[in-house]
Amino acid sequence: MEKFFLSEFPELSRETLRFIKKGFDTSYRAFSREYGDTIEAVFDPVLYFLVWFEKLLQNSPWPLVLICFLAIIYFGSRKISVTIGSLFAFLLIGIFGMWEDTMSTVSIIGVCTLLSIGIGIPVGVLMAKSERAQRICTPILDVMQTMPSFVYLIPVVMLLGIGKIPGLLAVVIYAIPPIIRLTNLGIREVDSEVLEAADAFGANPRQKLFQIQLPLALPTIFAGINQTIMMALAMVVIASMIGVKGLGQPVLKAITNQYFAMGLFNGLAIVALAIIFDRVSQSFGHRIQQHRSGARE
Amino acid sequence: MSEIKIQIKNLYKIFGKNPRSALEQVKNGVNKDELLEKHNHVLGLKDINLDINEKSIQVVMGLSGSGKSTLIRHINRLIEPTDGSVVVDGEDVLKMNDESLRNFRRAKTAMVFQRFALLPHKTVLENTLFGLHIQNIDEKEANTRARRWIDRVGLSGYEERYPQHLSGGMQQRVGLARALTNDGEILLMDEAFSALDPLIRKDMQDILLELQDELHKTVVFITHDLDEALKIGDRIAILKDGIMDQEGIPADILLSPKTQYVKDFVEDVNRARVIKAKHIMSKLNGQDRDNAMFVDQDDFIDRFIDKVISDKPNCLIVKNKNNDEIGYLSTKRLSEILKR
Repeated sequence: MEKFFLSEFPELSRETLRFIKKGFDTSYRAFSREYGDTIEAVFDPVLYFLVWFEKLLQNSPWPLVLICFLAIIYFGSRKISVTIGSLFAFLLIGIFGMWEDTMSTVSIIGVCTLLSIGIGIPVGVLMAKSERAQRICTPILDVMQTMPSFVYLIPVVMLLGIGKIPGLLAVVIYAIPPIIRLTNLGIREVDSEVLEAADAFGANPRQKLFQIQLPLALPTIFAGINQTIMMALAMVVIASMIGVKGLGQPVLKAITNQYFAMGLFNGLAIVALAIIFDRVSQSFGHRIQQHRSGARE
Repeated sequence: MSEIKIQIKNLYKIFGKNPRSALEQVKNGVNKDELLEKHNHVLGLKDINLDINEKSIQVVMGLSGSGKSTLIRHINRLIEPTDGSVVVDGEDVLKMNDESLRNFRRAKTAMVFQRFALLPHKTVLENTLFGLHIQNIDEKEANTRARRWIDRVGLSGYEERYPQHLSGGMQQRVGLARALTNDGEILLMDEAFSALDPLIRKDMQDILLELQDELHKTVVFITHDLDEALKIGDRIAILKDGIMDQEGIPADILLSPKTQYVKDFVEDVNRARVIKAKHIMSKLNGQDRDNAMFVDQDDFIDRFIDKVISDKPNCLIVKNKNNDEIGYLSTKRLSEILKR
């Protein structure tokens, strides 16, 4: 029987499709051959910093590193329970032989978070100040958050090869949207009456941004930083596929070889890091908005 | 007469997509309802003319939607007018560029807001310092000035508190201290006391009058409360639907309301507490001093009415501060005034 013509979608011929894809790939390859080195050079400072930071964490005596971590955790959260919990988590991680991988992961998460804050907050501010910037950025952020990460790993790897920088880029692309969105939101949520008062007293745009908008948006921005850290941690395993060292690599090895225990240990270490980062950044975020609660000091 | 500090001339404000073309309609006599219905524009202010004297308290009164808050925001140009001019000390505020407008706001004006508009993340002291910080005034001097005003409005001891921890009345004291620390000649008060409880409102009114006695600022005070307007205002302007119905001293507005709207407004006011002897006296005309009573020109009627009833004088002779006789007041006139 003859097929009803509407049951088959009128698609491009196989040759045309092949031509389009091939043309796209060839030109991208040409682009990456031409500019790959230049672009890589741009990221050199970041790479140096990342390597230096990783080596610092791995080569310093572990008790010193541990004490530094605990000090940061305590002064960030001001909670003795979180600090003691973290101590046990790090001790277990060390005893189970995951200290070095954990340090790699902490270093890449740290650098990614710093990069995300450094890029994300200015972009968020721009979006809050300009409707046009918001119209342009919103769809881009939507794509960044929904595009499967494997898809943008392909061009990154084609351009920069396998290694730390492509991994870092992949993590930042995945993790940066929350901080941009929440910076934008936080600034837009600032009470318009307070801004009017600032205008009435003759504040210029810079004074309004730094003395009113950013400080008042800070709790929201901090929620964004918290989200960014969590998402960066979630990318650890995927980033390990393109050569980022850390807790992701043993997990990957465990998947391919069906080592359940190995996967579980490293997975739990990632969970422990996530909980520590989360608790510290959340209680820090709470503390900087003490003026909203009834408590003094 | 004192100098004119702020001169508002032919001020129009129309809200909407194309205020310029709507302005033509308004000038051709289209009224507020028609403008909204046919052209989808809101008439905020229509042909406002107001001269505000230096060192006096000018009250602008009206109900919500009358355009009074819009009007006050034109003085420091928080709102751009559609047409007209606002001249302060001979300079047109509407012709200033961003930089000189900022300098004008910093140097000459300070504003107090209905809902306080304090900075929630800053302490009472930091809030009070805000205007000076913006101007990059030396930290030490700024601190001294701010603390002086915090003390003056009765908030010493609360310097390190955050606004959220204070009551409404105290928050508005911070608002007042912030405005006074800025030390501009013009104080703009947008329904500054409307959000406060009646007793606290009365306190704040007294504080304002007390401060004005000593500071002599040019105050523009917005309110929807006639009693407040009569108590505070040297002059009162009454706005309705963006149009100024009447402007004058309180006694004139009470005694000769120009429109039905103003008449309705002033109907229930206790005149004895608002009208002074000098407002209703007539020229001296060889009055008999037998059984006459002497009153001061600035006495309110309720200061001497009891005595009039008990002593039953023939007439009242009004004297000024130097004890000169400047006018008289018949008991008949007095009872007419009080009977309305």
